[in-house]
Amino acid sequence: MTEQLTFAGLSIVLVGSALAVVLSKNLFHAVLWLALALTGTAGVFLLLDAEFLAAVQLLLYAGGIITIVVFAIVVTERLIGERLTQTNMRIGGGALMALVLLGFLATVVIRHPLPMTRPEMSGDLTRMLGQSVLTQYVLSFELLAVLMLAGMLGAIYFARPED
Amino acid sequence: MGLQPYLLLSAAIFCIGLFGVTTRRNTIGILLGIELMMNAVNINLVAFARYTGVASGMIFTVFTICITVTEAALGLAIVILLFRVRRTVMADHLDLLKG
Repeated sequence: MTEQLTFAGLSIVLVGSALAVVLSKNLFHAVLWLALALTGTAGVFLLLDAEFLAAVQLLLYAGGIITIVVFAIVVTERLIGERLTQTNMRIGGGALMALVLLGFLATVVIRHPLPMTRPEMSGDLTRMLGQSVLTQYVLSFELLAVLMLAGMLGAIYFARPED
Repeated sequence: MGLQPYLLLSAAIFCIGLFGVTTRRNTIGILLGIELMMNAVNINLVAFARYTGVASGMIFTVFTICITVTEAALGLAIVILLFRVRRTVMADHLDLLKG
């Protein structure tokens, strides 16, 4: 029962803040709403017994991305010298597309037989995650390290001072 | 509680993000919409991993989170560079590639 209540609360927070992200006029407010949405997602991860992923979500997403975006807004506002305002265009078409996709996805999800119970977990999930990342998935893990290095180099290259 | 509510929640967030990507005029706003969509995908992956008992979904989530962070950093770097060159924030003004 508590799970349902927590899930309902989290859903309201998530959907509300997601709507605020795409609709608020002030870009800074949109970023703060995004932070709330990402934190709520960490709560959903906790409900799904994924404590490690919830921590990663908070550190990387809610910490990292929000900081980067706020930096970008501050830098570009200074470059342009005026406040950035956020407006939407073609709201009707966008809303129609999103609603049609939502209807389609919801029909598929509702019509399909889905598992109602969770299998029992054996042992520590975080330990298992760490072990399989460094054994079975070690190649993807190393590729990810290369990708992050390339991304970092690219970002530094883009941000170099003009010459 | 079954898997279904989680999937419906993630579908709703994905569609809200899609709405943001298609209607925002500001480039940073579009990036925020993309973050929302990625987030919805992560919820989906973790929920399926938990309800099927296959842990690969959670490992995949770790990978998507890292890739999203890289994508956000690069996307914002490109946005800042675009601002430097074109002095504009609005996606409909950035029509250099228009035929």
